Amino acid sequence: MAEYMAEGKQPEILFWVGSAGSYDDRAKKITKAFVKILNKANVDFAVLGTEESNTGDVAKRAGNEFLFQMQAVMNIEVLNGYGIKRIVTCDPHSFNCLKNEYPGLGGNYDVIHHTQYIKELMSAGRLTLDGNTYKGKRITFHDPCYLGRANSVYEAPRDVLKKTNATLVEMKRHKSTALCCGAGGAQMFKDAEPGNKEINVLRTEDALETQPEIIATGCPYCNTMMTDGVKFKEKESEISVMDIAELIANA
Amino acid sequence: MEYLPNIIFVILLVAGIGYFVRNIQKLIRNIKLGREVDASDNKSQRWNNVVKIALGQSKMVRRPVSGFLHVVVYVGFIIINMEVLEIIIDGIFGTHRIGQQVLPTSLYGFLIGAFEILAVLVLVAVVVFWLRRNIIKVKRFLSSEMKGWPKSDGNIILYFEVVLMCLFLVMNATDTAFQQVGSGNVISQFIAPWFEGFTPDTLAIIERSAWWLHIVGILIFLNYLYFSKHLHILLAFPNTYFGSVEPMGKFDNIEAVTKEVKLMMDPDADPFAAPAEDAEEEVPAKFGASDVMDLTQVQLLNAYTCTECGRCTSACPANLTGKKLSPRKIMMDTRDRLEEVGKNIDANNGEFKDDGKQLLGDYITAEELWACTTCNACVQECPVSISPLSIIMDMRRFLVMEQSAAPMELNNMMTNIENNGAPWPYNQMDRLNWKDE
Repeated sequence: MAEYMAEGKQPEILFWVGSAGSYDDRAKKITKAFVKILNKANVDFAVLGTEESNTGDVAKRAGNEFLFQMQAVMNIEVLNGYGIKRIVTCDPHSFNCLKNEYPGLGGNYDVIHHTQYIKELMSAGRLTLDGNTYKGKRITFHDPCYLGRANSVYEAPRDVLKKTNATLVEMKRHKSTALCCGAGGAQMFKDAEPGNKEINVLRTEDALETQPEIIATGCPYCNTMMTDGVKFKEKESEISVMDIAELIANA
Repeated sequence: MEYLPNIIFVILLVAGIGYFVRNIQKLIRNIKLGREVDASDNKSQRWNNVVKIALGQSKMVRRPVSGFLHVVVYVGFIIINMEVLEIIIDGIFGTHRIGQQVLPTSLYGFLIGAFEILAVLVLVAVVVFWLRRNIIKVKRFLSSEMKGWPKSDGNIILYFEVVLMCLFLVMNATDTAFQQVGSGNVISQFIAPWFEGFTPDTLAIIERSAWWLHIVGILIFLNYLYFSKHLHILLAFPNTYFGSVEPMGKFDNIEAVTKEVKLMMDPDADPFAAPAEDAEEEVPAKFGASDVMDLTQVQLLNAYTCTECGRCTSACPANLTGKKLSPRKIMMDTRDRLEEVGKNIDANNGEFKDDGKQLLGDYITAEELWACTTCNACVQECPVSISPLSIIMDMRRFLVMEQSAAPMELNNMMTNIENNGAPWPYNQMDRLNWKDE
């Protein structure tokens, strides 16, 4: 972003990579896949790079409002300094936080999830899928809580998936009744409380009922949880867990 | 002596409604113990929610079977209660079926006929409800928080409804004059033959008894509401009005924290500045909630509105995987603690005396609070716009910001964010490394 600024230009859109997308080995692949899509569609985009910091979302859900607001105020300073108008992110938690919780602290941006942006690029004719990599494959989509229930975005990821000519199969619990993968609310960073099952295993069982070849996700944390669930069920040789960005980049 | 029944009726009516109003005032006082909330925004959206969600039952039918049965009981309840109007007028003025005299026979017959059909439908629905609770054992009615009083409470309400509907039908069946007119006795004409051998006097006594028991039953039921989980029949309306009109993912930003953060970020702020001479002694804000007084009035209204249906709990990922957290229990605990605080205030001449207890720890444990994934499934499922999640979040905030009592792994995560801007211990300068990997 600093380079754009130096040249006196504004990018079409700012790609908010997020902490997982920057550091987590699995999530980095999603980041790269999305960049591949952006380049393919000739999108003029920028990232904050080392100037990006954690949104504070996970601290907020953990109850640390102080830390959240500190992070938010710092990020807003940077974003406003660059005059950012539009942000896209692959992380529904960043998406929700930037979209709903930053405005109250002075950060007003048009924030969209990468599945919404991919759909937009497709409808504008900027992105077309020529390959038939996924034609006829059974794909089931796991709704991320912070994209679906939290912000009522149910159709964009499905519309994008349909473009791959795959066979979309729904789990019994989907859209507003979708079951959480178990990572939300800061659970990603701690052990679960005592119970009789892990949430990601239960959710993986939901997915397995549809006999999918691919479990599609739209969130780096869901991806980790579902991948672990598939491994727990020893199905990793038959079923792959992939982000929609990866599916589209490979299609 | 001639007016004795009228006098008794009026006394019963005034006592019944009076005691109810007294308890509702207490309920309002208790709710006002919470923090005030500004709900003056989005008026049209709020009214829309009342009409759709409360009046229109739109979220009830997300579960088709119980949803449909509930709509039957709900419609029956509202429409049959028009009959109560007639009973009250008759009771006060000593008339008999005033409606039959002032309304055209066909219209009156149509109304009573509709009431009778609905009464039977309500009976059927209530029997199915009872079976679901006691014989079929639907899972959400078996949770640990549903043992004892909450279970009996649910059944008592069903028995009330059975008795009231039966009394209504018997009253019509034994009313010889009404049966002779033959308009509106759609159902009761089939019950009337059961009483064929009775003398007209006995019939009149049965009819009068059913009439009196019906109205007395309604008054008792009205007053039972406050002591039961059944207040939703009234509170669903204000609760859907005051419910959130924001996207579910939007959690409030604590204003007191914003003030502190702004001060911290302000390079001109003098950390050693003495407070101005005339500055009011400000009570430092408490972050988060440890007791009912720290919650908002909307959250307390939520607690009174909850009818313990358990749809939240049956959709909760933590509960489904055997964790202790049950969103329904969060609401029940909040209500029970609020009632305890209310009784404490009553016993101490209007002032709350510290009883050494609080919502956190004595009712809701940290283990329950930390099991939540903030997935909003409970909020989504609630048919009357209750948010158990907002209470869980406020109590987590207290644990973290007032007590520094987060689980160790979360403390590590937060330290990492503080130090290097990511939940893991990676360098800020490595944020863009993915580009070249």
